Amino acid sequence: MSALSDPTNPLDANRLRVLLDAEGSRRAELLPRLLAQGVAVTATGSGTVAPLDDAELLYLCDADDSAQSTVEIVAGEGEAEGISGSRIGIRGLDADSVADGVLERARGEGHGEPAGGWTPWFPVIDYDRCTNCMQCLSFCLFGVYDVDDEQRIDVAQPQRCKTNCPACSRVCPEVAILFPKYRHGPINGDQVQAHDVEREKMKVDVSALLGGDIYSLLRQRHERAESRFSKERDDDRALKERQRCLKKLQEDLDIPDDVLSSLPSAEQIRAKAAARGASVSPAESTDPATAPTTSEDTP
Amino acid sequence: MTSETSQRPTEEPGAGRRVLYCHCAFARVVDEGVKEKVLHGLASSDLAFDAVPDLCELAARRDPALGRLAAEGRTEIVACYPRAVRWLFHAAEADLPEDDVTIHNMRDTEPETILDRLLGDDS
Repeated sequence: MSALSDPTNPLDANRLRVLLDAEGSRRAELLPRLLAQGVAVTATGSGTVAPLDDAELLYLCDADDSAQSTVEIVAGEGEAEGISGSRIGIRGLDADSVADGVLERARGEGHGEPAGGWTPWFPVIDYDRCTNCMQCLSFCLFGVYDVDDEQRIDVAQPQRCKTNCPACSRVCPEVAILFPKYRHGPINGDQVQAHDVEREKMKVDVSALLGGDIYSLLRQRHERAESRFSKERDDDRALKERQRCLKKLQEDLDIPDDVLSSLPSAEQIRAKAAARGASVSPAESTDPATAPTTSEDTP
Repeated sequence: MTSETSQRPTEEPGAGRRVLYCHCAFARVVDEGVKEKVLHGLASSDLAFDAVPDLCELAARRDPALGRLAAEGRTEIVACYPRAVRWLFHAAEADLPEDDVTIHNMRDTEPETILDRLLGDDS
């Protein structure tokens, strides 16, 4: 994924990490509440924990000494690296008060909502399966995908993905796109079975049976339909047919209602395609195997 | 990469290993009861571990903690399907090593089994 620098991007928010120094039942009481607030927690104990990073650290200590102070903290057994952090005694405080206090502190110190108010739903590419066919790039109308410096497909803007929409994974011919929070396999990351691959192959075969250029055929069909409608015009029937097709597509691809209602307009799609076309060099655009398709090809 | 190994730890629980627990806080795909039992079991033990609200969110941020965790090796990750976890780390530019990493899948494994594998007889 490429670097994210949009100030309105929820993924740019600073993070707060809590170091929790408490025992047994107290840890069990506090951890779920802190996690529910979207705060990462390092629980001390025997063994080692993740190496320190640049996140700001808040040290919650369930000890008698309840005074706030700045202390030298050694995170984890065997990690001699000392760090500075704010130490807060939490002895006697109930779990909800502690969790609320941490959240308030996060907001007060400019961390915003720890989770950024964003549901982390986005595609993850299994590069063991991906053939770089660019179907997903052509299909997604929200600008989630792009290509990296090596012209390899990349999830460039994960925060643009529409929550609960797995449609791009349904059009991937190689079962290479995962949504870890999806209900069903193999899209959720479960092992890809032979019948999953066969199903995708059938999609490809249908395309091949139609002459390999399904979009050209669709255009021809559209022209024939336009010609027919111009002779026997029935707007109501046309609208019903369009709604029926859209409903079927929505069901087939498991697209949520709110995603359909937020599709970009035809003008926006044309503008995106034009911008994309301008950014593709002539050398790239002459190679049909790697050239990204334009919105004309988008169903 | 080792996934869902059935071997019990043969050493002192926690010694030299890093455990990362994902709470999958922003979706309902991992059974709440499973998460609750696994987290409670881990928290009630004496094991040091890292708990994150949502591994997907960390991956989207390309959180540097994931890179450091992947680089250290000897890691046990309690989350969801190993294929999803592996490619999430890749998306975060923090490729997991092929071996020395065990992924426990809370979507299809009983919490008692996961805790038994993580904590041995202490669970």
